[in-house]
Amino acid sequence: MRFNFNSSEPIYLQVAQQIQDAIFTKTYAEGEQIPSTTEISRDFHINPATVLKGMNLLVADGLIEKKRGIGMFVVEGAQGKIVEKRREFFYQDEVVKLISEAKKLQISQEELVDLIKRGF
Amino acid sequence: MDGIVAKEIKKNFSKKTVLENINLQIKPGKIYGLLGRNGAGKSTLLSIIANRIFPNEGNVTLDGSTVFENDEALGKIYLMSERNLYSNSSKLRQLLNTTELLYGDFDYNYAQKLANIFELDLNQKFGKLSTGYRTIFKLIISLCVPVKYVFLDEPVLGLDANHRELFYRELVDNYVKTGKTFVISTHLIEEIANSLEHVFVIRDGKVIVDGDVEDVLENAYLISGPAKEVEQYTVGLNVIGQETLGNIQGNYVFGELDGERILPDTVTVEKMDLQKLFINLTNARGQLK
Repeated sequence: MRFNFNSSEPIYLQVAQQIQDAIFTKTYAEGEQIPSTTEISRDFHINPATVLKGMNLLVADGLIEKKRGIGMFVVEGAQGKIVEKRREFFYQDEVVKLISEAKKLQISQEELVDLIKRGF
Repeated sequence: MDGIVAKEIKKNFSKKTVLENINLQIKPGKIYGLLGRNGAGKSTLLSIIANRIFPNEGNVTLDGSTVFENDEALGKIYLMSERNLYSNSSKLRQLLNTTELLYGDFDYNYAQKLANIFELDLNQKFGKLSTGYRTIFKLIISLCVPVKYVFLDEPVLGLDANHRELFYRELVDNYVKTGKTFVISTHLIEEIANSLEHVFVIRDGKVIVDGDVEDVLENAYLISGPAKEVEQYTVGLNVIGQETLGNIQGNYVFGELDGERILPDTVTVEKMDLQKLFINLTNARGQLK
């Protein structure tokens, strides 16, 4: 796993986000084990309580589950769940921003549609 | 009360007040950061808690009993200080033995493992070590000594980037395995920020911040944009620092923002990291509400 932390967001959210990304890109396939809290803490010098808080967010979202005495595993269907969630956010996160920037640049609706077609 | 509690600690050196009215609690099983600028009183405070020196006023308790002249309590606390307390002619192995005499059950296997990792030959004399390796040797002792509370005063003094990286790794590993409490005083905040759970910031002999890192950073912002708009947006808030570049201004705010105010398009709100917050809080200009 590759972690790339920035300073502007709480670390536990970044931990959750990056594990989620790894599940999304199938770096961790469904049913597979993900690195333990200890491993992540040690390798990235993050307080274990912070890592655990991030992991717990993913447990609450039903993306990973704890198998007692073994570790954390990716839940079956987790990848699909993430795709679904990201689609929901796609409009408000990306499309709204795109249109707002386009307006600032005085790009018309038709021009924007043409640009999207060109890039697709 | 659980853990170490320092109450109303005051300390003067001749006429100079070094600590005035320090109150804090160190709970078991956490990694704490003790941050302050040079001369803020960090080392003095750690020395008082470990009963190396006495305060003029106040007391320190461990699980309810005083630590002063209390061997049982002091057997649970280890302070690695900047000062070198070892004689130059002692062999490193002998020093490990001496530590065992004082604290009991020294983990020699772990010490050897760490010595290998850091490439330190334990058959040398202490006096032959470079500054960096003296620190490394003291760190090895700190990690292997069987105490519940480990205080590290400037633990990366003289260490190069590779050795610091190794140390942070071993620190977290040791913490996870043993559940010991660590209190770390350091200047290199950025490197250790994510490993800390709780932070104390000392300034002019007083504790000015005492909280979980996450909570503290929750309300630490950098508001930037055109000077006029930034001033307008931050008026009345706890502005602890400022940066300007031409007409662009950045105000560092520590405390809640006013949710009622409308954020102009030209103004951006970012979070501060621990290092930035520290610098602004301990600058001559920065101050708390």
